[in-house]
Amino acid sequence: MIPHDETMMLKTPFHSRIEAACEINMWEDWKGYTSPQAYTEVEQEYFAVRSNTGVFDISPMIKYRFTGPDAGAYLNRLVTRDISKIGIDRVAYTVWCDDNGQVMDDGTIFHLAENDYRLCAYARCLDWLMWSAEGFDVTIVDETADVAALAVQGPTSCAIFKEMGFEGIENLKPFGITRFPFEDSEVMISRTGFTGDLGYEIWIDPELAEAFWDALFEAGKHREIRPIGSAALDMLRTETGFIQAGVDFVPAEEAIRTGRSRSPFELGLGWLVSFDKPVFNGRKALLKEKKEGSRYAFVYLDVEGNKPAEHAFIYSGDKEVGTVTTGAWCPTAKTNVAFAQVDAKYGKVGQELVAEIYYERELKWTRVMAKCTVIEGAVFNPPRKRQTPAPDF
Amino acid sequence: MNKYDAIVIGAGHNGLTNAAYLAKAGLNVLVLEKNAYIGGATVSRELYPDWKYSNCSYVCSLLRPEIIRDLELPRHGLQVVPYGGGVTFKENGDYFGSHADHERLLREIARHSKRDASAYERYEADVMKQTRLIRPFLMRTPPDPTSLKPKDLKELSLLAKSFGSMGEEGLADTMRFWTMSIGDFLDEYFESDVIKAHLAGSGIIGTALGVYSPGTAYVLLHHYMGDVDGSVGAWGFARGGMGSVSAALSKSFLSFGGTIKCDAEVGQIIVKNGKTKGVALANGDELYADIVVSNLDPKRTFLKIMDEGDLPSSVVTKAKNFKIRGSSGKLNIALDGLPTFTGLPKDSPLCLGEKHFSDSLPKMERAYDEWKAGTWSKDPYVDMLIPTQIDPTMAPPGKHMMSVFVQYAPPKVNGGEWTPEDKAGFEKTVIDQISNYSPDFKDLILHCETRTPQDIENEVGLTEGNIFMGELTFDQLLFNRPFPGYAQYRGPVKGMYMCSSGTHPGGGVMAAPGANAAREILQDLRLTNTVPGGYDDD
Ligand SMILES: Cc1cc2nc3c(=O)[nH]c(=O)nc-3n(C[C@H](O)[C@H](O)[C@H](O)COP(=O)(O)OP(=O)(O)OC[C@H]3O[C@@H](n4cnc5c(N)ncnc54)[C@H](O)[C@@H]3O)c2cc1C
Repeated sequence: MIPHDETMMLKTPFHSRIEAACEINMWEDWKGYTSPQAYTEVEQEYFAVRSNTGVFDISPMIKYRFTGPDAGAYLNRLVTRDISKIGIDRVAYTVWCDDNGQVMDDGTIFHLAENDYRLCAYARCLDWLMWSAEGFDVTIVDETADVAALAVQGPTSCAIFKEMGFEGIENLKPFGITRFPFEDSEVMISRTGFTGDLGYEIWIDPELAEAFWDALFEAGKHREIRPIGSAALDMLRTETGFIQAGVDFVPAEEAIRTGRSRSPFELGLGWLVSFDKPVFNGRKALLKEKKEGSRYAFVYLDVEGNKPAEHAFIYSGDKEVGTVTTGAWCPTAKTNVAFAQVDAKYGKVGQELVAEIYYERELKWTRVMAKCTVIEGAVFNPPRKRQTPAPDF
Repeated sequence: MNKYDAIVIGAGHNGLTNAAYLAKAGLNVLVLEKNAYIGGATVSRELYPDWKYSNCSYVCSLLRPEIIRDLELPRHGLQVVPYGGGVTFKENGDYFGSHADHERLLREIARHSKRDASAYERYEADVMKQTRLIRPFLMRTPPDPTSLKPKDLKELSLLAKSFGSMGEEGLADTMRFWTMSIGDFLDEYFESDVIKAHLAGSGIIGTALGVYSPGTAYVLLHHYMGDVDGSVGAWGFARGGMGSVSAALSKSFLSFGGTIKCDAEVGQIIVKNGKTKGVALANGDELYADIVVSNLDPKRTFLKIMDEGDLPSSVVTKAKNFKIRGSSGKLNIALDGLPTFTGLPKDSPLCLGEKHFSDSLPKMERAYDEWKAGTWSKDPYVDMLIPTQIDPTMAPPGKHMMSVFVQYAPPKVNGGEWTPEDKAGFEKTVIDQISNYSPDFKDLILHCETRTPQDIENEVGLTEGNIFMGELTFDQLLFNRPFPGYAQYRGPVKGMYMCSSGTHPGGGVMAAPGANAAREILQDLRLTNTVPGGYDDD
């Protein structure tokens, strides 16, 4: 009998440090964990990542561990991407679908060792993972609470790690994994993140979480390191074109109304679907869709003017063809972008559309019909994101 | 004056709703109630000085918000306060806490099974899909599938469209859902016994079926399809007990100029030349109206207060065959203080919700087996609440009132009438069960009202004490409720109508049958409709 947990909200292993730094007490609930929306000032937290280093606690992210002789084969059956091509100490972004080819979630797979993988996801999906495991020799464990994790992102992040003594970290390639000794144990570092900048994610035993936080902030103090909250992260991910489950699409299992879920193609993630694999969940339906065409297209829009297009309807001429799922002014790219779901035929790059935007100034609401253009993708995509060895800024 | 435009027999909440809408349309309406008080199974009574009991129904969710607003029930004193959470205690000293907060709930499920926590999200979405399907039809008259009338065809196509929108797979799921057992349904999602047991309760409450009887999955839906302020599936307490629902309805009715007579049992609906003329009271008085509406269940309506000779014989047969079996009893208890429960901190938010003491489906099935064998369950499924933790009006400060819904209890014990010894035995079974989980409970009892199905029948007039006025199985739902061909609230005799829980959409404190029936009556009279349409979920 596992004892009862009478706490209303969980705390991450970094909580003592976060609480001390969170000056404005803006908290939110992230999968049951107390998470900071902002520490001091959102704008400054955003710029920390674009010009120095920002630290975001990702411990609440759902994490599953897969071990056993069939772990790789199992994951390859589960997700749309070809995992057999992901070597040891490499990470891959992917989606996974239900049998109807509808996206259940997106996330990253970490190939930690031979027959040993970790999956980081937005939604809990143990039930689906177990279903899909029938016939595979694989052990699946929810390790969400067993691993503490931080995203350390920004142009000076590599330099700060070097300051911490992580020699050679600059040679870690994007989507690579490496490990360094820390205290009597070790810290795992991957060159991954949700900000589109040079950056890393660290994975560590919860027991060592506070010590790591302290060492990190000590090493970064001359490089203006700062903790950031979810509000800044949202600006960062928008600018760099990352979609978010529950915001830009409804995970298939949570969709109640018929037709509200989306396929990978309809989310602009067709590149993650590997039909070379003979079987994977949703393959049949996706093949059919590929042949017959998709219902929707997911587009990045460059929106005229400076009014964020949040919740806007999208028109082509007089016809309503879609809605915005995420919209924001991007402070570094100095662009007004929006992500939108539109009827498939309006999804080509270069397509001209109109966003119906409502905004308020001193209780006066104004409507603008802003022209927008479908663009290729991220409006912020700096070379430093990919450069190896990672430069010091 | 003994001539009215319409007479409604029974001041249950559906009779009052029906009467209010008829009066609102300008009719001179009389409601006749056999008891000295109104409300039927929607009642609060003071049986112990300074304590109010919700004697029958005890929680509120199904009551249609369209009606609450339209009849101005808040202005007439109704306030519904939501509560959340619940606990199922386990025999081994542990418990499952169904937290109102979503993340906390998932964490608690994960304590019993991590896999079940993720399955719960799938379960919730799937139940919501079915709920969304049925909700738009609550404030509508079911179509007659054999009719070619434009109105029926229109309603049928709406029904077909609604089902069609589920897609092929969704439709198959729906067909399965409406016919399968709650036990089988839950087995498709969960592995933990206590979680299944906790969720299964809603599938059997008020029915004479077990957790593995086909059709019980739908009964779960019947408990999920209501809402409190748009929160679908949420339940609340009517402040002052369920009697405040009928009190508010009666005030609304009176504000439209209606008349209520209590202590006025109807003995007979008077029919002349195939038309209703009025009613004869048990005391012999006659009262006249061209419209007579029965708030009684179909069995009582057609077999007790109508003459077989006035009815088509098929209706008499259908009424005889109507499934309405008593399966539940109730204890209402005045408490000297708040009892504690083993393992549960006194300030846990879980205390505010319902408590159960059946921790597995086999245990619940066994409880049903005992009912089938003709006696009350020795380890019953109970749905227990202490509303005074939220509603201060039902007991003096610091004192509490406990409502214990009990299943299963048979309408007859081993084929015979309930004896005082049987009733005492039933009461003891329930009190002992609760004491097993609450050591100080027995000492706090000041007064206990124990109600067997037989008591409920005698007092409220629900045949066999069946709380929903007829089983909620597909053969008795939608266009089959109460019988095929009579699901549009019109009786077999001109001028005679039905408005009780025995009609669509069925039992519970919902008021929809009463309102829907009024709409049909007003249509027949070519009067302007006063009944509001349903709210839209999308
Ligand atoms: C123990 C119990 C617990 C319940 N719990 C809940 C709950 O928590 N939530 C919920 O939503 N529902 C609950 N229900 C169900 C709900 O209370 C009923 O389905 C609903 O109240 C029935 O309303 P009604 O107006 O259709 O009929 P009734 O309330 O039965 O009204 C019929 C009326 O007709 C009167 N009558 C009968 N015969 C005659 C006659 N010959 N002449 C004149 N008058 C007559 C009766 O006295 C009664 O007042 C419960 C029911 C019971 C019995």
